[in-house]
Amino acid sequence: MSTAVATPSPPHSRRPRIPAFIAADRGGQVGLVFLVLIVFVALFGPFIAPHSPNVPIGIPGQGSIGGSPLGLDQLGRDVLSRALSGGRTALALGALATVATYLVGVMLGLLAGYARNTALDGITMRTVDIFISLPAILVMLVLVTALGGSSWVLVLGAAVVLFPGVTRIVRTAAAETATRGYVEAAVARGEKRGAILRREILPNIMAPIIADLGVRFSWSIILIASVNFLGLGLSPPASDWGLMISENRSVIPTNPWAVVAPALALVLLILGVNLLGDAYVRHLGRSSSR
Amino acid sequence: MSSASASSALEASGIRVELDDGTPVVDGIDLRVNPGEILGLVGESGSGKTTTALSLFGHSGRGIVMTAGEIVVDGEVLEGDRRFQQARGRLVSYTPQNPGAALNPSRRVMQSVQDMIAAHRREADAEQLSVQLFERVGLPVERSFTERYPHQLSGGQQQRVCIAASLAPEPALIVLDEPTTGLDVVTQDRILKELLRLRDEQNAAMLYITHDLAVVSQIASRIAVMYAGRIVEQGPTESVLREPRHPYTRGLVASTPDHRRPRTLEPMPGVSVGVGEWPQGCPFAPRCPQRVDRCETAFPPTEQVTADHDVRCYEWRQTPPATAHSVVPGNVKSQEEHPQEPVVLEVRALHAEYRSRHETMVAIEDISLTVERGACVALVGESGSGKTTTGRVIAGLHPNATGEILLQGKPLPLHARRRSAEQRRCLQIIFQNPYQALNPRHTVAEEVARPAHVLRGMSRRGAREEVRRLLEAVRLPAATARRYPRELSGGERQRVAIARALAAEPEVIICDEITSALDVSVQAVILELLRELRHDLGLSLVFITHDLGVVATIAERTLVLENGVICERGSTGSILESPQHPYTRRLLAAAPSISLAAESWTLQGSG
Repeated sequence: MSTAVATPSPPHSRRPRIPAFIAADRGGQVGLVFLVLIVFVALFGPFIAPHSPNVPIGIPGQGSIGGSPLGLDQLGRDVLSRALSGGRTALALGALATVATYLVGVMLGLLAGYARNTALDGITMRTVDIFISLPAILVMLVLVTALGGSSWVLVLGAAVVLFPGVTRIVRTAAAETATRGYVEAAVARGEKRGAILRREILPNIMAPIIADLGVRFSWSIILIASVNFLGLGLSPPASDWGLMISENRSVIPTNPWAVVAPALALVLLILGVNLLGDAYVRHLGRSSSR
Repeated sequence: MSSASASSALEASGIRVELDDGTPVVDGIDLRVNPGEILGLVGESGSGKTTTALSLFGHSGRGIVMTAGEIVVDGEVLEGDRRFQQARGRLVSYTPQNPGAALNPSRRVMQSVQDMIAAHRREADAEQLSVQLFERVGLPVERSFTERYPHQLSGGQQQRVCIAASLAPEPALIVLDEPTTGLDVVTQDRILKELLRLRDEQNAAMLYITHDLAVVSQIASRIAVMYAGRIVEQGPTESVLREPRHPYTRGLVASTPDHRRPRTLEPMPGVSVGVGEWPQGCPFAPRCPQRVDRCETAFPPTEQVTADHDVRCYEWRQTPPATAHSVVPGNVKSQEEHPQEPVVLEVRALHAEYRSRHETMVAIEDISLTVERGACVALVGESGSGKTTTGRVIAGLHPNATGEILLQGKPLPLHARRRSAEQRRCLQIIFQNPYQALNPRHTVAEEVARPAHVLRGMSRRGAREEVRRLLEAVRLPAATARRYPRELSGGERQRVAIARALAAEPEVIICDEITSALDVSVQAVILELLRELRHDLGLSLVFITHDLGVVATIAERTLVLENGVICERGSTGSILESPQHPYTRRLLAAAPSISLAAESWTLQGSG
């Protein structure tokens, strides 16, 4: 059943071609450039890095020197090389956490919204309320402390923290759409619940879902980076942008690049995702108003 | 054109409004309203009525600009933003279409009126004047009422608050934009009567915008008919409605159902012209039965029919009378019952309620009805009377119901989910709002093929053939199959919804106010289409509507609902001609009708 929710597959004819909706939108173009840049760095960065990310090559905290334009970090390792190899974890864990968030969030939201004002709706949403009231970073820290700071725990933690928001958005949109004539017509002709959710409701609530996607993805990256920053997630010597910001606080006076470079990378990634999400929503608004 | 301009409340000439790129929205609009006169501005959606009205305030939407024309209100020439700004409210006031959205939800209703007074008549005692205004529009003046918020008022009361607010500055001209659309007939009737009283008592000048000829026949002294951004006919109400000279006006009159004179409607062919699609010649020419060659090259100039009745049509002398051959006297009585036909649907003692966390509201009580094969049974009543709930229960969409439904003699479960595919196939429903009836993410073909596939087990290929056949049946071009709902007009969407219902090959279709969101000419097309389908396929209809004119046109039998209970039932003819129940009488007395207005003209003429 999870696949049913994971693949919002409206027929191909109308699925906006990605280049088309970006080409028409300045924000989308900028977002795409940012995202392509970051994904490129994450994928190929390690191969073009001038030095090994884990081997000290000079005095810790040293500024820009020959062969090391961004200087060295608190252990004397090359900041550029570490920044080039630190994107994979941020990107992969963020993406995985987002997928997990949406699998749970969209499914619960659709079920609750379609069953609006029934016991199923009530129980689901009160449970969601409990989850939403938990402080995000606390949940992450408890989970990491209890289960260890592995990648899977980080993904699980981010999903637990983030799915309630998705459920609420989807539930509201689904409950509104469920009163439309085409949904009632589907009920009247006896379509199964799964088919109604997938065919009639989900494709029509994609705008709020996608608008939210960028924010949610950014959040998962920030959450995981925060845990790493606190030193409880991925442990050194792994190179991760969040972890790098944390490790290099002490060398900010001598080599600010050690913090600015990974921070900039995170900012570009989050901005890119958000700009693309916004562009897609603008596109949906243009093409299916009414 | 005869009286001097100094005495007119409004004298507008040559108004032209364009989009940014120069595409005309309205053009060459001349309007004159005298004090103590109501001018009805009539046209269908997209004809430019509201654009015209807003231009009188120097107001236009984004990307729209008035490029020509002169507006004189009460002897003052309005020009430039400042003059318009000063004139708004003081000289010209506006009552918008949707009163619920026009009132500030966080202000008490009396305050809304006082705000208007404070803005325009600072010398007046706002408290005292607002009470007077409430009295004038027939609203209660007790504190318990005046301190309510807009959402605590009914639609009719909200509209009266808006009217009170627009009266506050004592403007020379009141513009009312579809003020009764969406209100019940009884409420509408009360508001119309109050407007007439205000006109007489205050010698007020009003511009009344509507798409409904029956309403305008009741209230306007003169009518201006708009088509594709231009006024095509203008004159005294009586002469325009009795002897329309423009073929479009004639078409509108022939498309308007009348509960006092049931007759077959004559739908106009084609669809109306949108902004940016104006042809070189007369915009109505493609749909016009009496077009000649020059209609396609030049837009006709204004010609005088009589001193105060003018028309823009080359061939206006050829226009046939509006109702001469279409009236079928006794039409309804002749087709009263179908005793020989078997009963398809029988409903016994239906009871339904709405439950919220705090209370349970009874929606319908003890509703029983039978529908024979090929028959059309109308459910009539005001909003809240339970007619829509009845339709939804029969369709299996309302969960909290009890009672018995028999389909072809066999009991039918109350919940759609418990019905067999065969039972669901036999019973289809079409909804009120064509803009929400179709899934915006599906093509017309997908939407229409689905019931054939799910309920009749058709293969994909077979369903594709079926879609083509069904689109033809509802008179849509085959190319419609590939289009999305957003590319279609309201009337086209509703035809797709009908095709989707037909795709199941049903025995009974429940039509829930299916024409109430449509223009009259489109409504006429849909009603005629349903009539033919009933005849050709032996379809039975349960037709839910608030419009008695529509009932007279389509239904043999009628059930009148009041507060969830059937208060009167019988043949449509006998109900319309000799209603027994006081509620039915009240409904009939309030329903607007062109022929009713015509009787009063005759009376005035003879007396």
